[in-house]
Amino acid sequence: MADQVTVHDPRGYPPKVTGKALAPRKETLEGRKLYLVDCLFDNSAVFMSQLQHWFAEHLPAVETAIIRPRESWVDDPEMRAAIAADGGAAILGVGL
Amino acid sequence: MQLEQQGVPTVAVHTHVFSRLARSVAQTNGMPTMRQVFVPQPVVGRSPAELRAYIDGNDPITGRPFMAEVLEGLTRPLDAADLAGVSFERTTPRLLEPDTEENLQRLFIENHWTDFLPIVLPTEERVAAMLAGTSHRPDEIVGRMRPTAYREFWEYTVEKVAVNAVMAGARPEYFPVILAMAASGVTARSSSTTSFAGVAVVNGPIRREIGMNPGIGAMGPYNHANATIGRAYSLLSQNLQGGSVPNETYMGSQGNPLSYSCCFPENEERSPWTPFHVEHGFRPEESTVSLFLGGWYTIFGDGPRDTWQQRFRRAFAACDTYIGPIVALDPLVARGFVERGFDTKQKLAEWFARNCRLPAREYWDSIWMQTLARPRGLAGIEPFASRLKAAPDEEVEIFRPEDISIVVVGGETQPTWRLIAGSLRGNIVSVDKWR
Repeated sequence: MADQVTVHDPRGYPPKVTGKALAPRKETLEGRKLYLVDCLFDNSAVFMSQLQHWFAEHLPAVETAIIRPRESWVDDPEMRAAIAADGGAAILGVGL
Repeated sequence: MQLEQQGVPTVAVHTHVFSRLARSVAQTNGMPTMRQVFVPQPVVGRSPAELRAYIDGNDPITGRPFMAEVLEGLTRPLDAADLAGVSFERTTPRLLEPDTEENLQRLFIENHWTDFLPIVLPTEERVAAMLAGTSHRPDEIVGRMRPTAYREFWEYTVEKVAVNAVMAGARPEYFPVILAMAASGVTARSSSTTSFAGVAVVNGPIRREIGMNPGIGAMGPYNHANATIGRAYSLLSQNLQGGSVPNETYMGSQGNPLSYSCCFPENEERSPWTPFHVEHGFRPEESTVSLFLGGWYTIFGDGPRDTWQQRFRRAFAACDTYIGPIVALDPLVARGFVERGFDTKQKLAEWFARNCRLPAREYWDSIWMQTLARPRGLAGIEPFASRLKAAPDEEVEIFRPEDISIVVVGGETQPTWRLIAGSLRGNIVSVDKWR
């Protein structure tokens, strides 16, 4: 039988994961403001524009607004605060 | 996720090739049921009509109508799992269960802890020997790393870095360089779709002390220190940051051969110019390692010959416009430029910056210029703001002098040079601190 050896585990130490709840949902988006967040990936602006057209055609009672962070991949607390202030919901895209 | 925590129901849209990664990120941020909906890849380059067809069509992961999933995601009542999220602690043992060498080699491969080449198993004896290469305690925290900005940081100790250095086949006398690399927090295994590699350049007395080779074959597999230090940087990056696994923590579309190992010393002794680290404020007698994120383009030439200006204009024009190059010059090339009046690296970098240009239309026509640089231009940040205002056929400078890093390396058998993608971003780390 081959000899056995003991070796070190090569992995680093991960952080603890803390559970987070989703935001409560209302039954309908109508009468509320939906923010379409263009996350600035190449061509995301065009996708969000098309999404806005879809809502105008199919759910005209839902007010939509396209919004963008100042920089790609950098959290924009002011943008998030603006959405939270009067936004009923948000769609972020497109991650690619 | 932050918007959800601010009370805003949110749906995140990704392209379908990122489904595993997107779900993994949600899980490791404690929100596994966050609403994620997918469209086909690609979005880049698709016309408005094609993108509208994605919206009108089905989520390629679930097969369900995309908009039905979006609307459900924003309005469906929450259940217990949505309210609780998920909490868990993960721990990494110090030692693995004893086993045969053959089984352990297989285990390391199956767990994606290697570069798929045989490793030196990190036994307790070998790791202890590696730890003798530094005065720092084994349990000292060295730093933290992550494969990309939206993933969690993992932390690691001197001992964990030693484990990966052993695996790479490095010797204890190389360990201060490897610790400096780990301390930088700059991963050599970025998750980026662009297939980054980490390129490391060593300066100072440590090069000679540990037998690094700055001459013939410096950037190839011809020197134990060069090869194993580079490999250690790659292995420690993947293992200490939480992994580099395709579809989860690595999304490089084509991969990069420089990810195996890319570390070389500058040939300071044969260079007519100031060493790279001295240019950046270190003393000549200090030892450093400079860490570049890039490595995804390599352009080669010889010279400088009579048409060197046209040659370099073409070479720079072929570079990806988002990341400037490391200009790696054989000492013969460096001395050739001195003969042409470039008595400092700075003068040469300025010539490249002023004379290597592209029409604005071409300059901006790349995924990363559109995603990362264009928003900065719109926000008024230079040089992007001015370049954004340029007419499509107007020529703009591609790089600033500070985007161009000039390093002298090679053994003078031929006056060759390379442009290698490499963004420094100030990442020059002291090796001496880790002796």
